Amino acid sequence: MRILALALVLVALVAAGCGDDDDDSGESSAGEGGQEQRLIVSAAASMTEALEACAPDFGDAEETEVRLSFAGSDELAAQIRQGVKPDVFAAANTALPDELHDEDLVEQPVEFATNEFVLAVPADSDIEAVDDLTESGIKIAIGSESVPIGSYTRELLAKLRPAQGEAILDNVRSNEPDVKGIVGKVSQGAADAGFVYVTDVNATDGALKAIELPAAVEPEITYAAAVVKGAKNPRDAQAFVDGLTNGPCAQALADAGFGSVQR
Amino acid sequence: MRRAAASRRIPWFPVLLAVCLTATLLFLTLPVVAIFVDRSPVELIDSLGEPGALDALWLSLRTTAISIAVILAIGTPAAYLLATRSFRGRALVITLIELPLVLPPAVAGIALLAAVGPAGILGGTIDALGIELSLTTAGVVVALTFVASPFYVRQAVAAFAAVDERLLDASRTLGASEARGFLRVMIPTALPGLAAGTALALGRALGEFGATLMFAGSFQGITQTVPLAIYDRFSTNFESALALSAVLVAVSGALLLSVKLVAGAEAMGGWDAADTRAAR
Repeated sequence: MRILALALVLVALVAAGCGDDDDDSGESSAGEGGQEQRLIVSAAASMTEALEACAPDFGDAEETEVRLSFAGSDELAAQIRQGVKPDVFAAANTALPDELHDEDLVEQPVEFATNEFVLAVPADSDIEAVDDLTESGIKIAIGSESVPIGSYTRELLAKLRPAQGEAILDNVRSNEPDVKGIVGKVSQGAADAGFVYVTDVNATDGALKAIELPAAVEPEITYAAAVVKGAKNPRDAQAFVDGLTNGPCAQALADAGFGSVQR
Repeated sequence: MRRAAASRRIPWFPVLLAVCLTATLLFLTLPVVAIFVDRSPVELIDSLGEPGALDALWLSLRTTAISIAVILAIGTPAAYLLATRSFRGRALVITLIELPLVLPPAVAGIALLAAVGPAGILGGTIDALGIELSLTTAGVVVALTFVASPFYVRQAVAAFAAVDERLLDASRTLGASEARGFLRVMIPTALPGLAAGTALALGRALGEFGATLMFAGSFQGITQTVPLAIYDRFSTNFESALALSAVLVAVSGALLLSVKLVAGAEAMGGWDAADTRAAR
């Protein structure tokens, strides 16, 4: 085991010596160069458009370069558990940041936005309501159980009449690892409908339309972010998290259709 | 004096070669070894019992087998033609066939959606035929076949090109038709190279991830192959992801080894030998 570890370290050293540290998680580069600080933000895939729009405006004065890494919140959390250290973790729920906080991996999470859970269908679709999803032959794409969008979906289906919920689950043809997969399947016509966030539908520029869900069954969706413990750049990380509730990123999130957190 | 100088001279080049080989070997084998060292074999076998893991294995084996059968049945004659005829545009045809080799899997997924997806250029035709590809097991087979076939065809062309023409001429002189010569002379002679190509295509098909996810989706028992199941478990059940990875390594390794054994020792150097001979 020790030999294995030693050899791995050796290989890592050789790799680092080769000079290409562009894609690593900033282990060696932050601070070394001096001038340019790098801030690594791991964010839920559903915030892609919003954060990409505001990240370049972050901390111009401090010459901080923000690197965004988008994936399913659960994958990002798993990476952090496996020892990957971004500076900020922004998730599409509150459960994952809370869990990581309990595990002493991130600082106290902050709720920064809300989202609306909707049914997405192609703009020219005949589907008008959740009830239409029970017909046989309808193909539905949802999030896989491990990703927030998937657990919200199951939460919603559990609140429907049992027969209805089951009929809808029977029509599920794909459990996608993140929101983008669901949107892609629906906009390519591979699936007839998918459960996503309203912000994802807004981002398709009219290709998809959002069908609102009955308020009684709609899950409450709150996004939370936290500074990762051991972050290379904790000061900027905290500033970034603060900026999600006021600043360019708060504005970009609002523009994308996110709601603000009631305090 | 001269002797002292000679003994002080370090044979730097062979040392460099050895260092590079060691680095290559360590870098390539350590991550694979880590999969097995990280958990005990008992734990690995236990987590395979979890629902979905066996479904994924069975689906991967089935779809890979079907796509390899298709690749062999159609790719072998096609490769034979490319190896034995010269015609205008032959180089272009070979390049086009090899193109998926260098495509990133995500591009392969997008390309398949654009071509044969429901909204793709052939989507209407396929739908009219009553065939459904996206989000179905058939779609997985299409994705695997698309990404894996160049590995086989490329190899098969080289293997056929390396067969001594006089063998085929002799069978023709003895009155055998070209079809008979192809089956009785060319295939047996080129077998080591064909087997090597099959092993490469098998490995690629078993490991296919991106194109499958984008084109066929991910559903237990229907489209969720082992690589997709591994990805799905990565966040929630690392144990199970490791176990499935270990199985995939073992199955791929066993396939590679058995193909090499079946085809005889020559297959060990099948592709490089075939390439050099083809170049001659």
